[in-house]
Amino acid sequence: MRVTFTANGKPVEADDVWEGESLLYMLRERVGLPGSKNACEQGECGSCTVYLDGVPVCSCLVAAGQVQDREVRTVEGLADENGELGLVQQAFIDAGAVQCGFCTPGLLVQTDALLEHDAQPGDDDIREALSGNLCRCTGYEKIMDAVRLASARKCAGKAASA
Amino acid sequence: MSTRTTHTRTIQGQKNLQNINQASKDGIGGSPLRPDGNLKVKGEFAYSSDMWHEDMLWGMALRSPHPRANILSVDISEALTVPGVYAVLTHKDIPGSKYYGLEIQDQPALAIDKVRYHGEAIALVAADHPETARRAVKKIKVEYEVLTPIVTEEQCLHPETYGYVHEPHEYKSHGHGNICHEQKLVSGLGVTDEVRATADVVVSGDYEVGMQDQAFLGPESGLAVPAEDGGVDLYIATQWLHVDRQQMAPVLDLPEEKVRLTLAGVGGAFGGREDLSMQIHACLLALHTGKPVKIVYSRDESFFGHVHRHPARMHYEHGATRDGKLVYADCRIVLDGGAYASASPAVVGNAASLGHGPYVIPNVRMHAIALYSNNPSCGAMRGFGAVQAAFGYESQMDKLAAALGMDPVELRQLNAMSEGDFMPTGQQIDAPAPVAELLQRAKDMPLPPPLDTEHLDVRQVPGALSNTSHGEGIVRGVGYSVGIKNVGFSEGFDDYSTARVRLEVIGGEPVAMVHTAMAEVGQGGVTVHAQIARTELGVEQVTIHPANTEVGSAGSTSASRQTYMTGGAVKLAAEAVRRALIEKGRRRYGWTHDDITLVGGKVVSESAGTLVPMVDLLGDEAIDLTREHHHRPTQPFDKETGQGFGHVQYTFCANRAVVDVDVELGLVKVVELTAVQDVGKALNPLSVVGQIQGGCTQALGLAVMEEIIIRDGKVRNASFTDYLIPTILDTPPIPVEILELPDPNAPYGLRGVGEAPTVSATPSIVAAIRDATGLALTRIPVRPEHLTTEKPGA
Ligand code: FES
Ligand code: FES
Repeated sequence: MRVTFTANGKPVEADDVWEGESLLYMLRERVGLPGSKNACEQGECGSCTVYLDGVPVCSCLVAAGQVQDREVRTVEGLADENGELGLVQQAFIDAGAVQCGFCTPGLLVQTDALLEHDAQPGDDDIREALSGNLCRCTGYEKIMDAVRLASARKCAGKAASA
Repeated sequence: MSTRTTHTRTIQGQKNLQNINQASKDGIGGSPLRPDGNLKVKGEFAYSSDMWHEDMLWGMALRSPHPRANILSVDISEALTVPGVYAVLTHKDIPGSKYYGLEIQDQPALAIDKVRYHGEAIALVAADHPETARRAVKKIKVEYEVLTPIVTEEQCLHPETYGYVHEPHEYKSHGHGNICHEQKLVSGLGVTDEVRATADVVVSGDYEVGMQDQAFLGPESGLAVPAEDGGVDLYIATQWLHVDRQQMAPVLDLPEEKVRLTLAGVGGAFGGREDLSMQIHACLLALHTGKPVKIVYSRDESFFGHVHRHPARMHYEHGATRDGKLVYADCRIVLDGGAYASASPAVVGNAASLGHGPYVIPNVRMHAIALYSNNPSCGAMRGFGAVQAAFGYESQMDKLAAALGMDPVELRQLNAMSEGDFMPTGQQIDAPAPVAELLQRAKDMPLPPPLDTEHLDVRQVPGALSNTSHGEGIVRGVGYSVGIKNVGFSEGFDDYSTARVRLEVIGGEPVAMVHTAMAEVGQGGVTVHAQIARTELGVEQVTIHPANTEVGSAGSTSASRQTYMTGGAVKLAAEAVRRALIEKGRRRYGWTHDDITLVGGKVVSESAGTLVPMVDLLGDEAIDLTREHHHRPTQPFDKETGQGFGHVQYTFCANRAVVDVDVELGLVKVVELTAVQDVGKALNPLSVVGQIQGGCTQALGLAVMEEIIIRDGKVRNASFTDYLIPTILDTPPIPVEILELPDPNAPYGLRGVGEAPTVSATPSIVAAIRDATGLALTRIPVRPEHLTTEKPGA
């Protein structure tokens, strides 16, 4: 089948999609967006998290056909057109929250969604929001630092532009 | 239009480090940002599972559903008729040697006549889509004669009754029967009745450690591309490119130079990529079909496709004087190595030589063995043989402290080894060993505030969001531990690494390029290499060349050795380049100063000031030099006495754990896990702390949740749904304090960092749970049923 949708603001068509294919497979293997990662393909690790119509989902659990005419935003869509890093991306680098980085794309999307909805989350809120994203390398401390840093910068930015 | 044709992903890993040559002044001791960080946060870093080729096929293996069976027949005819299938291979299609292995070549690349563990690969398929491959795999017909698996210690040790995992005539091991390897050790007077009689207090215990998985997130994967010269190029996530090639070439029947490996992005390793997984399989399929073949394991296949941490059964007995001085230790450690040897012999060596902990004990007896069984194969995992033993000896220290009525930290400090003391192997510790101090600092750190039951947020208590408690039935406990780990490869192995450093002028600036075969698995070696080159060459811009087999071996990214070994090699090569450049200046300008160095892009004499800008001296000639770094030689352990200068360096970490336990439901929440570690010299403090926190978290997993459950040789939980690794909710704040006491024998005085916390942190958590509950807890992971059904002090 053919699936037509929007990926990071651009129209995309994918051909010869097999009915059982996941959104994750279609993005990675057909559309040339391998940023979302395949760690469990069972909805357990969050590495494949993308926005679907503005809501974070595990793309491994979404059938490719389900995104017909819908909007997908992946980690590749978090930087601006000039490749300038988004606030959350920069904070993850600065805080040392990236080691192997396999969990990073999913965590970035989930953190972006968290801060969209609550710019100043407390530690318990951060832990709750990110509890669906496994990281095997960092021990999460630096990820906490990254989210706090992104939150602080976001609030400072808002204050500055207010 | 198909968007597939517009897909322009590169198959090379080249792209993965493109951004490194941004200017920076950060040398060693600083914390510059990762050179691969930018690409990683953009989703552009090419991991091995992202490799892609226009014309590629997908490979997949058929795996055994039985842990032990004879294969009566394999019929591939139906699988071959599935449209889209290009090849179905069995062991008959292997052109060269049918076996491989890290230390003992006992593992068939594809099963021959029998299977020895649940999940062993029997046949391979290459097809145009992963789903086609999966369907074809289902159509391969195998007739089995199912046999009773040999899985318990009792069964393994009585092969005349229960059978052999490897028949004696096909036996390749160093051991005998179903024993893969053993190591004994005796020091002082050993443990005799006379020695026992000199102790006032004796404590003994049996301890058990379950099978832990590395559970790296990036699945085993890679792309094999057949080459015109009859060879093959493999883009792969691994820990040691050269040792992969060394094992692969004989099986593929190719000379090593025709098997070229390039490191693709690695999504964590922790020992699980030390053995081959899909490397040979992908290359066999690529060479057979003449097309690029990609293999990506699913998570369940990953659980079957790599070796795990050895489960262990241990017996410890310690004797001490009334005032707490250790008199003797007697110990037996039995490790289940599973079907194939992997790294079992070296794991046994570590368990035996480090199995008494960082303590001075005048009389010691130890017997460590690894068994062959029909359980999954076990091999390298972070902490490598030291982890299991640490749970045993640290549990004993707490038991002894209780028996003596002493403070557990004081008891440990009283017996702590320090510089100048002797290991039970007879090796003298010739570098700082601040064991007592690490414990003191862990103890002196402020404790977290008590649980505020008045204003309780349920997310902070055991059970958290499942709302199982609002503070009732929750008890707090505190526990301590310390551990010892060796750095680098031991027992006489000639451990070395190679680095090539090139200095040249690019765009009017001096630029250094570092080329090694080191596997960057996330630990941050690439960052440190750039820091070293900047420091030694006085340049700002450094490029890291992609790791591949075009340069000499870097050895494995394991044993906490890469900064020591490959970092050391980069230092040697950079120093050689520096000397060559200065020599060039001496010849050209006739300098006679003996205080010349390179700083800020200039050749500088400390007494006479700037001599010349480096760009002028270099001109358009590059200086390109390669050096090897070998660590000082070690010796094999004597087989019977375990004596020998076996390890090159030791590293120590101490922990304090604070836990809340819901004693009614058996739920544990680790509230805080403090770590204090001596790192010799922190080349990159940010990475050092990150390594320690990551290591502590894997230790937390082993303490309270992580275990591969096996029944009758069959794996029951090969998924992230059922094999639980700590989430951010399970992981507490991990305050880290580092000490920097230089090791005079190591580059910059550094010490390997990555493993020590994984060795030491588990026992502190169990000690804290014991403190909270009064239960004995002799098995890890501690499960809810242990907390609700065990009797206090049992
Ligand atoms: S890959 Fe989708 S949740 Fe793990
Ligand atoms: S950085 Fe490796 S899994 Fe998170």
